[in-house]
Amino acid sequence: MLRFLGERLVQSAAVLAVMSFVIFALIGLMPGDPVDLMISADPDLTSADIEKLREIYGLDRPVVERYGNWLWAALQGDFGFSRLFARPVFEVLIPALGHTLALLGISLTLALCIGLPLGIWAAVKPYSVRDYAVNLFAFAGISVPSFWLGLLLIIVFAVILGILPAGGLGTPGADGGWADKLIYLVLPAASLTLASVGGHTRYMRASMLETLRQDYIRTARAKGLTERRVVLGHALRNALIPVTTIVALDFGFLFSGALITETIFAYPGMGKLTYDAVMGNDFNLALVALLLATLVTLIGNILADLAYAWLDPRIGFEGKNQ
Amino acid sequence: MTAAIIKPATPLSLVTRRFLRHRLAVASAALLAVLAALSLAAPLFETWLALDANTVDLFNRFAPPSTDHPLGTDEAGRDVLLRLLYGGRVSLFVGISAALTAAILGTTIGLLSGYFGGALDAIFMRVTDGVIALPLLPLLIVLAALDLEKLGFSAAAAQSEGASLYRIVVIVALVGWTTVARLVRATALSLRERQFVLAAKAQGASAARIMAVHILPNLASPIIVATTLSVGNVILLESVLSFLGLGIQPPLPSWGNLLTNAQELIWDAPALAVYPGLAIFVTVIAFNFVGDGLQDALDPRSLERGRR
Repeated sequence: MLRFLGERLVQSAAVLAVMSFVIFALIGLMPGDPVDLMISADPDLTSADIEKLREIYGLDRPVVERYGNWLWAALQGDFGFSRLFARPVFEVLIPALGHTLALLGISLTLALCIGLPLGIWAAVKPYSVRDYAVNLFAFAGISVPSFWLGLLLIIVFAVILGILPAGGLGTPGADGGWADKLIYLVLPAASLTLASVGGHTRYMRASMLETLRQDYIRTARAKGLTERRVVLGHALRNALIPVTTIVALDFGFLFSGALITETIFAYPGMGKLTYDAVMGNDFNLALVALLLATLVTLIGNILADLAYAWLDPRIGFEGKNQ
Repeated sequence: MTAAIIKPATPLSLVTRRFLRHRLAVASAALLAVLAALSLAAPLFETWLALDANTVDLFNRFAPPSTDHPLGTDEAGRDVLLRLLYGGRVSLFVGISAALTAAILGTTIGLLSGYFGGALDAIFMRVTDGVIALPLLPLLIVLAALDLEKLGFSAAAAQSEGASLYRIVVIVALVGWTTVARLVRATALSLRERQFVLAAKAQGASAARIMAVHILPNLASPIIVATTLSVGNVILLESVLSFLGLGIQPPLPSWGNLLTNAQELIWDAPALAVYPGLAIFVTVIAFNFVGDGLQDALDPRSLERGRR
């Protein structure tokens, strides 16, 4: 178990290291560089001045050398300043990370509370009308463009009905406490929940259907147990194993997927920050935000593997039985 | 009893029959055909309506639906229906070509990996794991924001109308090949030990021939299903990127960038936000239903395992 965890950690660290270089190089390929931004601020600069500035900031060096310098500083805890916010990168990122995790926590909980029972309910009576209805709902959830769903929610609840705010983190100027913040979370959380509930429903249904076909379920039925006990007492535990894995894997997907929802609802989380940083030429911030998103995805993958091996004793950590 | 001559069922007719049983999938396939035909016929609609999709008419902004403009006009007085049809051309083209490119890339990598195994397999699969672990959307945003001139393209090529179109096909394919690669590798891994492959090898067939003639045809079903399902995903990704202003660049319309202005105009013209999104939704769900139906038709065992 420890060896497995160690191997996965080393592997993930390697992916993260490679990614940090790839992202660094990609960001160097985005339009403009820090000196271009200075030029636009001071039109009197001569081309000799520009050359000199590029030299001072090391922008004339090859990308590997620039990456080396960045990495050396980063390892000492210096990730640079955000251009847009004029503060150290992590001072900007930490609150945004908190906001995103709050949004994701609520949405994921809701999506699981709706999706899992719905999937079980459909699987118990396969190919019935309600099964088709649930399937249709799940397909719709998977296929709807989440930014459009967000727009529709704004149109209905903010424009037509006018009962919920269209975006933001809280009423400007008023410190209404957590109740006020919660009202602002309703629409983004609903939009994110609807976007992910379809997947959960389908995984749960497929997994439950598979489990209900097992021999031990027939035995349980033959013993004369009620259908309720068969499904909830015997089948559910096994059926949840693959679902747990997929939910953990999906967490990374949801984390980066929140970008759209956050942008639509002007919710200051990691996703919106990443988008603003890329659009606003905030190179330091974009780099670290992307790395953080990669890290979250990698952690989700490790958790998925661990959960799989831990929940199902038939699966060993080394790929063989323990 | 009717005296019908029972024809021997060919594999293709069996597949067709199983697919036709899947009513939603059939309806979806028909709907997609209609959508594609309408989009392709967009210039015809221009002639019939005596309009041009790009003509700005500032005296006729936000016009309600009428016989002149069946779906009304947008913030610049352009015909909404024509813009939707032209947007459909772009969105369908991007969806299908990016899914196909990703499928070709994934098939090649999966086939080489599964057939040769060893170090090549190890390298390819580590790369696949790495790509899967990436935060998809933020990465796509960075890729879409790259300066093509810094990559060595001429300024003219970087700013041409087609650039945003092909760029999005390439970047979506670059991150989208992993599903097919894994599927293909797993199947190729088991196929290469089968007797018909060993027989071909014994007769002196080259590795390239074995892969192309003996292994690839057996991989058709999973590739077709995965590719169909991924068209829907690609259309979603394209619409998100275009919506954020990083995908298809106006004036070229796509369903995604038609919605960019919709958010600014949400208080004035909420109807404008409805049509393009509806088009995306219907198209994506139709591709998903067709993919689901194809899966049942091409792989009957999946029915017993329960439709996923």
